[in-house]
Amino acid sequence: MSPSPRLAARFARARAEKRAALIIYLTADDPDGETSLRLMRAAIDAGADVIEIGVPWSDPSADGKAIQAAMHRALARGGGLRRSLVLCRQLRDAYPDVGLVLFGYANPIVVMGPDVFALKARDAGADGVLCVDYPPDADGALVTALAREGLDYVPLLAPTSTDPRIDAAVAAAGTFIYYVSLTGITGTALANLDAPRAQVAAIRARSGDRLAVAVGFGIRTPGAARAVATFADGVVVGSAAVEIVEKASAAKRDPVPEMTAFVSGLRQAVVRSV
Amino acid sequence: MTAPAAPQIPGRFGPFGGRYVSETLIPSLDQLTAAWAEASADPTFSEELDRLLSDYVGRPTPLGFAARLSAEVAQESGRDVRIYLKREDLCHTGAHKINNCIGQVLLARRMGKTRIIAETGAGQHGVATATACALFGLPCEVYMGAVDVQRQGLNVFRMKLLGAKVHPVEDGTATLKDAMNEALRDWVTNVGDTHYVIGSVAGPHPYPLLVRDLQAVIGREARAQIQEVEGRLPDACVACVGGGSNAMGLFHAFVPDPAVRLLGVEAAGDGLGTARHAATLSKGRVGILHGARSYVLCDDDGQISEAHSISAGLDYPGVGPEHSFLKETGRATYLSVTDDQAIAGFQRLARTEGILCALESAHAIAALPQVAATLPDGAVVIANVSGRGDKDIGTLAARLGVTL
Repeated sequence: MSPSPRLAARFARARAEKRAALIIYLTADDPDGETSLRLMRAAIDAGADVIEIGVPWSDPSADGKAIQAAMHRALARGGGLRRSLVLCRQLRDAYPDVGLVLFGYANPIVVMGPDVFALKARDAGADGVLCVDYPPDADGALVTALAREGLDYVPLLAPTSTDPRIDAAVAAAGTFIYYVSLTGITGTALANLDAPRAQVAAIRARSGDRLAVAVGFGIRTPGAARAVATFADGVVVGSAAVEIVEKASAAKRDPVPEMTAFVSGLRQAVVRSV
Repeated sequence: MTAPAAPQIPGRFGPFGGRYVSETLIPSLDQLTAAWAEASADPTFSEELDRLLSDYVGRPTPLGFAARLSAEVAQESGRDVRIYLKREDLCHTGAHKINNCIGQVLLARRMGKTRIIAETGAGQHGVATATACALFGLPCEVYMGAVDVQRQGLNVFRMKLLGAKVHPVEDGTATLKDAMNEALRDWVTNVGDTHYVIGSVAGPHPYPLLVRDLQAVIGREARAQIQEVEGRLPDACVACVGGGSNAMGLFHAFVPDPAVRLLGVEAAGDGLGTARHAATLSKGRVGILHGARSYVLCDDDGQISEAHSISAGLDYPGVGPEHSFLKETGRATYLSVTDDQAIAGFQRLARTEGILCALESAHAIAALPQVAATLPDGAVVIANVSGRGDKDIGTLAARLGVTL
């Protein structure tokens, strides 16, 4: 598949700046629509290259407690796929160059219809879609629909992925692959970096160096981001960002200043020291 | 019409089924698919399974003519009907669930897995999995919605007595679907050494196939038994459908016989016109839940709805993909009965036949008059009594205003 120009440009720029691209996941409409937009804008202003807009779903079986709770907060405020598309459009209007990836589960997409969804995602200004429970070979409908609209399908690969699975992901990917650093759910701490380092190199090689590889799951601190940035093209931070929203909301504080500080710290951390 | 005996593509029943799961799980599903193909073709495996089913589970279960129930149903429907009950309630642990669990735990052992997890709704599948694990000496952890833990206290205690660890799940609606989400989270984390025993014909491929194959013993026996007593095939087979394993187990042997009507009975809860029901095939739409494409109950935004049934085992907003396929092709028909009708069915079976059945099975019993009304006089019907009702006595007493 041909790459999304905007995502390709963000990875290229990060490479030129000798750093990993910084990818921040936040759940749309958590804790509410207005704050959610401000949080994502703060993350971009603090240096995020790509925002993964988490689409709230009622049954997020690949997510740990933090993102589950975020999704339930968002759903209670009327969040969901439709509202996530609105938020995406608002971000695109404000930031013409940032990478925007819709990140969610299959059912809302299938109920809307992959073709209609792809059209709406394009109209919302998204660059790509990552669907946790919609592997490229599940039925092919999502991959085809996204390609028709010029959007990236972002495949996931895991420590358990075999070579044929890696090849299927490489064939479906546009700009980058999301490598899940551990067998588990989001929010678990990453213990050992040797295996991810080797896997990222292997995946990049199997793509003939065409694709970037971003690493996510378990990256909770600037220290962990710094370590992963030494070998990955992109670093994804999700649960730790979502937890900032959770804690601040519980204490009735505005989470935006803390988000700015957190993402700024990560942005400095992903620069590779020579 | 041509009977759809098997999916055309492995893992697919027409457009239904498949694998919509995290990438992490795909290799394990491949491994499970291969292991089942190999084991089910291996005579030593089949022999051991058959021996356990006879010596431990108590198979074959009886197929008994229900004279007084038939008379009442005939009176109500205006049709002369001969009803036979397939007595899965007489299986060890009190429900058909054990057929699947024995098979899957045997398979897990063969695959070298050292830890077993399961989800459960009513607790019958949890008890059956805990039982199989005790038999094979494997550690067992069961995820159960906190709401179900409350209403099925007896089964929670049974699981604990059998040595299983029971994890109440507080997320979402705190029922079966949330228990399944949590079991999937466990599995994705511990996929190397753990086998996940799914309790219904739901989930990603190969589970719908694997569980159906293990439950198909119900229909194989019933087919032989009815031919023995009636000298012919039945006119209809009736079973309740939540995820749909007892129904698929009964139906499978009859799918190639187009003259045998297959009728699944869903839980209509407070009524199909209300928001409180679990009639996925009757009122749902095609979507993705727990790894398979099938009918689901959800809103326009794709958010899964809270299902409702008085029976915890039917309280599920999804359904096995093969049922969606049988519905779509017209090979099976799906009806529904309300909580109140199910209770009346329970009472009728108790009064006429001396059988306290599970509230799940009571849905099949309650549908018999509407089924009989569509059949010719002299019709032969097999109804599956999927489980016994001990676990539901507290629920029933509360519903009927009786203090125990």
